[in-house]
Amino acid sequence: MARLELSDVGYSYRDRRALDGLSLAVRSGEVVGLLGPNGSGKSTVVGVVSGTRRGYSGSVRLNDREIRDWPPRELARAMAVVPQETSFGLPFSALEVVLLGRHPHLEGLGFESARDVAIAREALARCGAEDLAGRDIVELSAGERQRVVFARALAQQPSCLVLDEPASFLDIRHQVELYDRVRELADSGISVLTVLHDLNLAAEYCDRLVLLRNGRVLADGPTAEVFTYARLRECFDTEVYVDLHDLTGKMIAIPMSGRVQRRLRPRE
Amino acid sequence: MPSTRRPPTARGLGVRAAALAAVLLGAIVLAASLGAGHARPWGAWDESARAVLLDVRLPRVLLAAVLGALLSAAGTVFQALLRNPLADPYVLGVSGGASLGGVVALLLGVGAVGVPVVSFAGALAALVAIERIATVEGRLNVVTLLLTGAIFNAFVGAAIFLIESVVSRDELHAVVLYLLGRIPSPSWGALAGTAAAGALATIPLLAMTRAYNVMSLGEEGAAQLGVDVERVKRRTFVLGSVLTALAVSASGLIGFVGLVVPHILRRLLGPDHRVMLPSAILGGATFLVLADLAARVIVAPAELPVGVITALIGGPFFLALLRRRGSSHGAA
Repeated sequence: MARLELSDVGYSYRDRRALDGLSLAVRSGEVVGLLGPNGSGKSTVVGVVSGTRRGYSGSVRLNDREIRDWPPRELARAMAVVPQETSFGLPFSALEVVLLGRHPHLEGLGFESARDVAIAREALARCGAEDLAGRDIVELSAGERQRVVFARALAQQPSCLVLDEPASFLDIRHQVELYDRVRELADSGISVLTVLHDLNLAAEYCDRLVLLRNGRVLADGPTAEVFTYARLRECFDTEVYVDLHDLTGKMIAIPMSGRVQRRLRPRE
Repeated sequence: MPSTRRPPTARGLGVRAAALAAVLLGAIVLAASLGAGHARPWGAWDESARAVLLDVRLPRVLLAAVLGALLSAAGTVFQALLRNPLADPYVLGVSGGASLGGVVALLLGVGAVGVPVVSFAGALAALVAIERIATVEGRLNVVTLLLTGAIFNAFVGAAIFLIESVVSRDELHAVVLYLLGRIPSPSWGALAGTAAAGALATIPLLAMTRAYNVMSLGEEGAAQLGVDVERVKRRTFVLGSVLTALAVSASGLIGFVGLVVPHILRRLLGPDHRVMLPSAILGGATFLVLADLAARVIVAPAELPVGVITALIGGPFFLALLRRRGSSHGAA
């Protein structure tokens, strides 16, 4: 059970205010989607939440404990982060990469125990990647690699999962498979905060959405309430066709070309 | 890499380390047995043979082992720090400080004991200066570190050329030989001192090997897995530089050991630093013992600079390995 809570968070890069008075919460078992245009502060939120950007103002708490007060290894046992892309400096096998997720659980010089290897293999299996175990990570396709990275996050056995556009380089099938797994994890009680660019994935998988614009929260609520034409238009500053999907009962958003948008505008 | 490679275990490391240690021991016995004169570790023990063996040859062979281990360890950890397989012990500039200090000491005539001391002092001065410059907002910036090291080395190179162009012919010869690298026959005390200092600096590096594995995910990814990235980077730079300084101050610039040995072992044993670093220490020792043996015997009773041998053997061997294994791991 984990609860992630940000209240009145501010963060500045040298000359730019990236987050300003930002508040949001992720409860146990919930998938919260963080949406917003490029440069709205989504990745900064991930940096602040994951403890890599410590110079924030306000409060960022995991289980009522300030993120910067967590010892790094303890935090890594409670929270796993899946980035958009990982560059691998060494030709580790996929299994060895997943075993890196056991690092915060190991003491001293230790080699992984049989139990650690079993946890890693189970994580790979859960991601449908057990057949990749012996493969060289640098030889895998982007989709395979992201499955391995996701398995690495599972091997950390976290209670909170933070995803930073993890599906950006994946095809539609791998996107669905990845978020199916995210959904399962949330259903088992893990709290999930995910940054996404794909509005339809957000509508399909997220319990709640937070829209960011210029480092501030524009809207925060259940997906059905936030995912509206007016809100998305205000957030992204472009016209989007929003409708209810007949088969899924979820909202969908379809982009419109500039030409179409110009044709529509006079009739507003 | 074979696709069936299993994750390393403590037992697997033990087996490999024992095998590499046996090879090293064999190399040491071989190197101690061969050379000018007929001193052998076995057979007739007359006084002069005993003196040659115990006071001249064996200390030199053991020093070669220690220096090879230091250079190979430094290369391994710098490759991990910079996430770049082309890094060697000299890339971060500390060797520049050591060689400039050594050249100046040589020309000032401070004596055989004084040269390594001044050289080591030069290396430490360079270490402190480079760390200061590469620390940006409290963080050791690896890219700045690499640039600073490269520029510092170029600067030192120019300074040494300047010195070489104004000294006498005899002095020039001495400087060139010094820079090419030569393993001396140390006193047992000096040998023990270098070995002890090297061991002290190496132990904390061995303790960081799992962190190096995690660092292959990048600094941010490593931090998210609980690695204290700043501490690992700083310790690695400082301790790896101390190893380099010990080696360069004792023997000049012996190239290729710190580049080729880690690379070969990574290809043979896989990239896991928990296996790699201990193996590189033993493998580097073996490599330099054999290279120094070659330097002593090929044109005996004269000698070749050992740095020339390491490059002449290491270069083609390395290229052959690259070709045989294909280039799929060329970037890793």
